[in-house]
Amino acid sequence: MMDQWVYATTGLHEKDFEAGQVLVETWEGKAEYAWDTGIAMGRFLEELRRGRLVGRRCNSCRRILFPPRMFCELCFRPTAEWVTLGQTGTVITYSLVHVRWDMVRLEQPQVPAVIAMDGAAQGMGILHLLGEVAPEKVKMGMRVQAVWKPAEDREGSITDIRYFKPIR
Amino acid sequence: MTMRRVAVVGAGMTKFVRRAQETGRELAWEATSKALESCEMGIDQIEAVVMGTGPDAFDGVHMKAEWLADGAGAWGKPYMRGYVGGGTGVFSVAQGWYHVASGLFDTCLVVCEEKMSPAQPHPQGAFLTIFDNFIERPLGPNLLWIFALEMNAYMQRYGLRKEDIAQVAVKNKRNAADHPASLLGDRDITLQDILDSEVMAWPVQRLDVSPVTDGAVAVVLAADNVARRVTPQPVWIEGVGWNLDSAYWTNRDLSYPTYVEEAARMAYRMAGITEPRQQIHIAEPYDPFDYKELHHLEGLMLFPKGKAAEATALGITQRNGDLPVCPSGGLLGVGNPIAAAGLMKVAELFWQLRGEAGARQVPGNPRRGVAQAWGDLMQVGTVVVMGK
Amino acid sequence: MAFADTLEHPTEARAWKGSIPVWHRYTAGIAGERFLRTLQEQGKILGARCEPCGVTYVPPRMYCERCLKPLAESSWTEVGPRGELVSFTRVYLDLDGNRLETPRWVGLVRLEGASGVLLHYLQAPEGALLRSGMKVEAVLKPARDRRGSILDILHWKVL
Repeated sequence: MMDQWVYATTGLHEKDFEAGQVLVETWEGKAEYAWDTGIAMGRFLEELRRGRLVGRRCNSCRRILFPPRMFCELCFRPTAEWVTLGQTGTVITYSLVHVRWDMVRLEQPQVPAVIAMDGAAQGMGILHLLGEVAPEKVKMGMRVQAVWKPAEDREGSITDIRYFKPIR
Repeated sequence: MTMRRVAVVGAGMTKFVRRAQETGRELAWEATSKALESCEMGIDQIEAVVMGTGPDAFDGVHMKAEWLADGAGAWGKPYMRGYVGGGTGVFSVAQGWYHVASGLFDTCLVVCEEKMSPAQPHPQGAFLTIFDNFIERPLGPNLLWIFALEMNAYMQRYGLRKEDIAQVAVKNKRNAADHPASLLGDRDITLQDILDSEVMAWPVQRLDVSPVTDGAVAVVLAADNVARRVTPQPVWIEGVGWNLDSAYWTNRDLSYPTYVEEAARMAYRMAGITEPRQQIHIAEPYDPFDYKELHHLEGLMLFPKGKAAEATALGITQRNGDLPVCPSGGLLGVGNPIAAAGLMKVAELFWQLRGEAGARQVPGNPRRGVAQAWGDLMQVGTVVVMGK
Repeated sequence: MAFADTLEHPTEARAWKGSIPVWHRYTAGIAGERFLRTLQEQGKILGARCEPCGVTYVPPRMYCERCLKPLAESSWTEVGPRGELVSFTRVYLDLDGNRLETPRWVGLVRLEGASGVLLHYLQAPEGALLRSGMKVEAVLKPARDRRGSILDILHWKVL
């Protein structure tokens, strides 16, 4: 039987570390980055500062790609022009989140969603948060619109949109 | 396609533990030495080594595969690393396969290792750049968001309830109680236990998820003529497939894993499988979350879209059912050291097809199985078909 | 193929700053634990010998990297504290590229009984001319200051 081919690996408990039972070295690496936004994302962020959402059109497959990109991955050729989209979209999926990435519990749940934007090709969604809606009222297919920060507070960031709220 | 036949002739693994005292190298050696022992081969008979291992940032070692090489017996040998996130465990077998099938080597050792416990405060921190740095990370997402959003899309598309999905976690954790290496095997776990567990990112609850784990697995591959000399029961690699979908995950249909279907088609074509549901006797799809087993079973074309939950409820995927799924206990039961988990499934098929799975043995002399893994930004499908 | 677009305004050329927020806690491992504990508690440097391959590993390992056989405790042996300086360098910059106040020597030393070399700080008299082949000795911290770390060795001292 395969049992004999399983090595008796030594498992430890967190308290073994706390009690100093095993020797450790620690390293706080400084992995800090400055990521270049690139052509497509640079323009996209600038347009966010102006309160607009933009996509790129591929003249070959005629899709409007969102988020915008300088080449179409299906046709594998450069995209042709900028297109300004509307402010509304449809919730494709959502979640109610109670924990942070380090597993610390949140006081109020967040509601991230994938939102397919009107004016882009079918299913072209982006990730954002929903707001001004009770978590239990969120539905698939819900129609939503962008809620922006005031112009003077915008920085050219995805967070210039505070969240998407249901269209009533 | 005229390529040499390749078989798995030996397999070994570490226990899957929450925090190993062993360094990553020592874990790699533990699995490698057991695999070699299992087929009575020495490292000098291994001509090449393939290493599958995940983000360097987990173990916290730069050029991790090179660092692991000595434990994997690669000193002085041709050596290659593959990394496709969680898909690595099965992908590494495809890599090892073409080393031998091409005629370049007669034997190849495949090792997969992952030590996630060094990453503090939580390995997820190493993963955060999987999100777009410009338009996603500023929203403060964590990895659970992606899986919860995919799970919800799947559930809502087919009208599934938590109960329909949680039964997979129950099956796999119970199966794992019979796996000597398992971290989370629990013979007595119930559906209510899953449904009562802490909600992390609805619909994902704590017991729907496999945890951070350390571990390593190794298998020995050999060409036809060599394999028959090493063991009376070689298990043949009949088909391999791998496929990548777009990293623009929000542009995809999240309710169906197209990348798994494409990888499966490639592997099934090679293996001569035209009716997967009839011709495959055991399936080990990747199950880091309970809903993923169902998602992947549909991508593997073993059940119609939206119907895998129903089949599970009918008992079809139990060990003594018509198509046993994750008899090993899967990631939900055995554990999830990212790259090693997929190779654990390949090792399981190896042992099952030779009748060596002990208490987990699927009855009825199964002769063909499929292992599948998944990873990256939910975008890679890797598939291997094995048979005797 | 070229992109049919250029940036219209300098502010569009941006860099987004961020980090990967992880620190690491490494275990010494099965072999490492024993090596460092012995250094701490007994002030001895250990190696592990694989007789068939003719190699003595320092620091010692759980297995021989050449034949993959396990290296049992019975194959562990004391090495040094004396050895031979194989190579050395004088370091002027810190990790961030800033100049050190006092430059320091580091050396690779093959301890008596070891096959490979071990890296550590090197203490040499001011103005000394260093050469490969010189005899050195490991100087340890006093027992009460040792922590089970490679820094329990203070430095190599040129004899």
